Amino acid sequence: MRETLHAVAIEVNGKRCEARVPARLSLVDFLRDELRLTGTHVGCEHGICGACSVMLDGEPVRACLMYAVQASGHRVTTVEGLAAPDGSMSPLQDAFCETHGLQCGYCTPGMLIAAQGLLNSNPAPTEEQIRDAIGGNLCRCTGYQQIVEAVELAAKRMREAK
Amino acid sequence: MKAAPFEYARAASVGEACALLATHGDSAKLIAGGQSLVPMMAMRLVRPAFLIDINEIDALKFVRMDGGAARTGACTRQCAVERDGALAARVPLLRQALAWVGHVQTRNRGTVGGSLAHADPSAELPLAAQVLGAKVVLRSAKGARILEAEKFFSGPMSTAMRPDECLEEIHWPVWSEKRTGSAFTEFAIRHGDFAIVAAAAQVALDADGRCTRAAFGLGGAAGTPLAFPKIAARLVGTKLEDQAIDDAAADAARASEPGSDLHATREYRRHLAAVLVARALREARQGAKPQ
Repeated sequence: MRETLHAVAIEVNGKRCEARVPARLSLVDFLRDELRLTGTHVGCEHGICGACSVMLDGEPVRACLMYAVQASGHRVTTVEGLAAPDGSMSPLQDAFCETHGLQCGYCTPGMLIAAQGLLNSNPAPTEEQIRDAIGGNLCRCTGYQQIVEAVELAAKRMREAK
Repeated sequence: MKAAPFEYARAASVGEACALLATHGDSAKLIAGGQSLVPMMAMRLVRPAFLIDINEIDALKFVRMDGGAARTGACTRQCAVERDGALAARVPLLRQALAWVGHVQTRNRGTVGGSLAHADPSAELPLAAQVLGAKVVLRSAKGARILEAEKFFSGPMSTAMRPDECLEEIHWPVWSEKRTGSAFTEFAIRHGDFAIVAAAAQVALDADGRCTRAAFGLGGAAGTPLAFPKIAARLVGTKLEDQAIDDAAADAARASEPGSDLHATREYRRHLAAVLVARALREARQGAKPQ
């Protein structure tokens, strides 16, 4: 059976992307395979692990739990979109490096998106709020402690910079 | 993992969604937040030939206060309901239930109506709807009808919704009593998982601390969320003493019909049911006391 292709126009990291996609192509597969934005990782593919988290219109969502065609007309921010246009790391990314907030790195893009989503709406989160915000992201190196420290450090620096 | 091929259409209005349902019938499925449907499609547990996307229908996204009821559009995101202060003031149980639902990423996309329509017997929002006696508005090309939660939930993952119907909005009763308290609690392996057993309660007290109204229920303890109006009615007139609460909790646990599975035996679920109902009723009692 030949699958119908749907025209989509999605703003990804500030850039308008147009493509024709089959309806069953997930947003995460579209980002990785069509746009070659491989920063977003594919883990469980059924909404458990959080590795594929991206921002949809500014809010973290799981990119394996929606189809690319559904994102048409919307804004998507991937982990590649967190860094400044010149490639320099964001305060949160810097903090992850400094506190050893990543080990194997598989969960890192999802953790960064989830944590950035928190910091966007809450500049001074408590430890409990941080743990809640990353509660939907699994780190199988179990390096949660340093991830929490990274978010705390980034929040502090971002507040001081204001 | 990849879903089987399907045709896709974005409905611009509820009318268009209903027209598509009328045309495609059983082979079509509505998709709202997709937080349950997409994984089921990925695992090919469901294979709809036609997917009707209702995410872009603005008329299905709202929170409104209408006299004695709060109304939410079926496609209102769970995060929007969670953040709505006016709604939390009138139907506090909703925000309390949502604190247990999934994670930030799933609540940002998941919808209230989607959770009710999916009707997982251990899900939190169906339990809140059952306990409060919420009403759902179901629309088809032929017209609309209103069903009470009790009639809506018909079994595990099944509802009285017909294949040509779209869940349009939910009416949440607002208790006008000044001294009202509510609570939601559950036991799950990890926070954000589906509950092994969940309990919700809402009570109203008069000036003397005597119960004038009570409602409570259990999730994960039968094929549908359960409410216990008869047992709750016996609490009216008491001062919600610990003994009255414990008796009600024990009766509810006996009346529940939990099953055994990989996660818990029926005996363990029944034990949890009594513990959690008692806990929810005590917390609700505390919430109804003057601050």
